[in-house]
Amino acid sequence: MALSKPYLDVPGTTIFDADQSRKGYHLNQFCMSLMKAENRARFKADERAYLDEWPMTEEQKLAVLARDLNWCMRLGGNIYFLAKIGATDGLSFQQMAGSMTGMTEAQYRDMMIKGGRSIEGNRVVGEDGDAQAHRQPQGRA
Amino acid sequence: MARITASVYTSHVPAIGAAIDHGKTAEPYWVPLFKGYEFSKQWMKDNRPDVILLVYNDHATAFSLEMIPTFAIGCAAEFRPADEGYGARPVPTVIGHPELASHIAQSVIQDDFDLTIVNKMDVDHGLTVPLSLMCGQPPATDFRWPCPVIPFAVNVVQYPVPSGRRCFMLGQAIRRAVESYDEPLSVQIWGTGGMSHQLQGPRAGLINAEWDNRFLDRLIADPEGLSKVPHIEYVREAGSEGIELVMWLIARGAMADVAGGAKPTVRHRFFHVPASNTAVGHLILENNA
Repeated sequence: MALSKPYLDVPGTTIFDADQSRKGYHLNQFCMSLMKAENRARFKADERAYLDEWPMTEEQKLAVLARDLNWCMRLGGNIYFLAKIGATDGLSFQQMAGSMTGMTEAQYRDMMIKGGRSIEGNRVVGEDGDAQAHRQPQGRA
Repeated sequence: MARITASVYTSHVPAIGAAIDHGKTAEPYWVPLFKGYEFSKQWMKDNRPDVILLVYNDHATAFSLEMIPTFAIGCAAEFRPADEGYGARPVPTVIGHPELASHIAQSVIQDDFDLTIVNKMDVDHGLTVPLSLMCGQPPATDFRWPCPVIPFAVNVVQYPVPSGRRCFMLGQAIRRAVESYDEPLSVQIWGTGGMSHQLQGPRAGLINAEWDNRFLDRLIADPEGLSKVPHIEYVREAGSEGIELVMWLIARGAMADVAGGAKPTVRHRFFHVPASNTAVGHLILENNA
């Protein structure tokens, strides 16, 4: 019997569960390696060569090179691990989070200052909130 | 015997640490947030415990995907602030309390909670930001935290995290463990993380202040009922990372009223939006037993 996953109908959200973790193991461990300054330097010097040292899928490597965090998450990435790429690039967590929303950095910051994204319409897939796929330029999460 | 004198609850947003470390606390963006902790810093000076048991989560810092302990207790003599990719925070090394930590581990494991014992671990912003908020930045002439700290890490990174119910019961086991320690230590237990926030996907930036404030109300008055809230409600209502709030139930479960004692006194309550991507909540509850 399949495990119950009651969180699959939360819009714009990928829950990092055991299946995602299995898919993303090498992607996330690559991210973890960026905790060391010498690895950050090697990665920045030749990103493709550094990624090729890891048994990641080609698509995972392309998603990292594109810095598309939504794509990385679909392939098993977890945001706390992916954040190491952002730190390597000198980005703040807010810049990283904002990059997944289809907003500019300034738009996202303003939304947070005004109290954040509203829960209304964003609880369940199929409502009409601003995190729903039909209102997102990048489509589904 | 040792006793738990109070519990403290606070968010542990990394940007708060960065604001302190880079001298930005007087900027208009941050002023209201730090104002909410002025009372708390004075309270810490007036009520300095012998030990803090600090419940937090590691953010892919000490624990990668190689090992994911659900509950881990730090039994080392000291814990260094971690380099999370921006360089280590310029805060003191955390001094542990190996004797009490080992005692709690032995007691709680025999009470059916399978803790992972950790004797070597760096600690990230989940642990150091609450210390900075409550204690301020220690002066260079006396560069240390006010007391030993036992790190207690909870997995909230890979789903499923422990249930609220499990966390609440663990807090009760921790209280029993502390009270069976012979030395008359005063111990505070802190629950950290939350409140509503989502750091990933098109729904990033979600805040639900109404839900957060109801959580605070219930944490004070009806922790037993609150502990029965299922994971999916946290995820749906408070965001995928809002699920960190289950850790607050560990601290709350350790309070005397849960075991039939007197109700705690609410010494301080604070709520503010935003700190970076997150709603910040903060409570201080004093035991009256």
